[in-house]
Amino acid sequence: MQPTYSSSRILQPVRPWFIVITMLIALLLNFLPASTWPWMPDWVALLLIFWSIREPRHAGMGSGFILGLAMDVADSSLMGQHALAYVLAAYAATSLSRRILWFPLAQQALHVLPLMLAVQLVQFGVRAMPGAVLPGLGYFAGPFIGALVWFPLTFVLLLPQYQPVDRDANRPI
Amino acid sequence: MDHQPPPFFKRGPAPLARLTFYAALSLSLVFIDSRFQTLELFRQGVSVFTHPLQQAAHAPVEFLLNVGSYFSGITRFQAENANLKRAKLDDAETLLRMQQLEVENERLRKLLEVKSRQKAHGRVTQILYAARDPFSRRVIADKGQQDHIIAGQPVVDDAGVVGQVTRVFPFVSEITLITDKEQAVPVQVVRNGLRSVVFGLGNGQLELRFMPANADVQVGDLLVTSGLDGIFLPGFPVAKVVNIERDTSYSFARIYCVPIAGVENFGEVMVLDPRESIPLPPQLANDSAAVSAKSSTKPGVKKKRLVRE
Repeated sequence: MQPTYSSSRILQPVRPWFIVITMLIALLLNFLPASTWPWMPDWVALLLIFWSIREPRHAGMGSGFILGLAMDVADSSLMGQHALAYVLAAYAATSLSRRILWFPLAQQALHVLPLMLAVQLVQFGVRAMPGAVLPGLGYFAGPFIGALVWFPLTFVLLLPQYQPVDRDANRPI
Repeated sequence: MDHQPPPFFKRGPAPLARLTFYAALSLSLVFIDSRFQTLELFRQGVSVFTHPLQQAAHAPVEFLLNVGSYFSGITRFQAENANLKRAKLDDAETLLRMQQLEVENERLRKLLEVKSRQKAHGRVTQILYAARDPFSRRVIADKGQQDHIIAGQPVVDDAGVVGQVTRVFPFVSEITLITDKEQAVPVQVVRNGLRSVVFGLGNGQLELRFMPANADVQVGDLLVTSGLDGIFLPGFPVAKVVNIERDTSYSFARIYCVPIAGVENFGEVMVLDPRESIPLPPQLANDSAAVSAKSSTKPGVKKKRLVRE
């Protein structure tokens, strides 16, 4: 069942604490000692883009900024580097959300890929100004994995919102 | 009575306004952090929240690694133990004589009235993991402010210099490796005492910069800390020269080195105590004190005095 606007299935409203918990899990995944796997996608960026597209009123630039600061401190990168990238990605995702949700999942993933690439590019741009060099093309492999993960991610994150399939005759819709 | 829109239409400021606000805020953070480095306290505050999360993320990984090493067998440890014992016996002769030499050196220095060498003391720390930032070469060690680690302390392992503590958090500290692009170590060529500064290249190698094209450096030369920076004690091995490009169209030779210490392997390292500052000779100390006293008095007061005189 395709949970897009074209599907006939109506989702239950999202619970705000579920968004918070998934964001925390994404932070935990990002905090794994993954420096040896450059292809590991940026889970926080992925989740932020997901919730900004799905629930632009619950997640957006504010949560992106706070998560970005947490990532900056944990990564010991330049302060504000992740924050800037996440804020820009959240803005793009919220403004594109009405459009993206009309597409099937594969084309949604194609929309997410440039957003994830932008997150990496903005961070590289911020670091290149004081004179850092590109750590290798593996740096840009994460977004592609992230776009592939979009399919299972959408399925898992929307699970709590599915309504039971059996129809209740007394239910209005 | 004014007619407000119903609350479900209220969405706060426009998205573009919010974007401008947050982007400006993060850009100013980037600027302040890269130019003035005055956000350390803020960083420590945020780390109070992120550090428990990081530990929670590392716990299962560490558990798996520990289980792996637990089952890797006692024979490997026995072999390692035997090897270490043999290595200790091999070194014993040199070490025993070293003590005698140190004492003799001390006595001779006293005789010559040269400033005595500071002995290296430090504490052993465990490197926990490499920082995730792909643009720099930093590692996180398991001792921080609680163990009185301060920023600037040199870090060595059993073979040579590893790096320098650059940031201290309550429970962990961040070590910048000598291969980082922004790390420089003043060194000396052992063979002829030539002094220079070695810079990290960011790819695991080091470069000896600003050496003239005809400088007396050869492949295989050992570089040790010169101690001129007042941070590293002199004499710790840093790097070995592996490749020299002498191009006469440039005024400097390009000299590539590899670190001697196991900079990229994680294990135990020694964080050395900060080096004692060398006191100035009395004459110079008096002069500098007078200068600082003069500059600290307010200009208005000074003018008044001058008028009175």
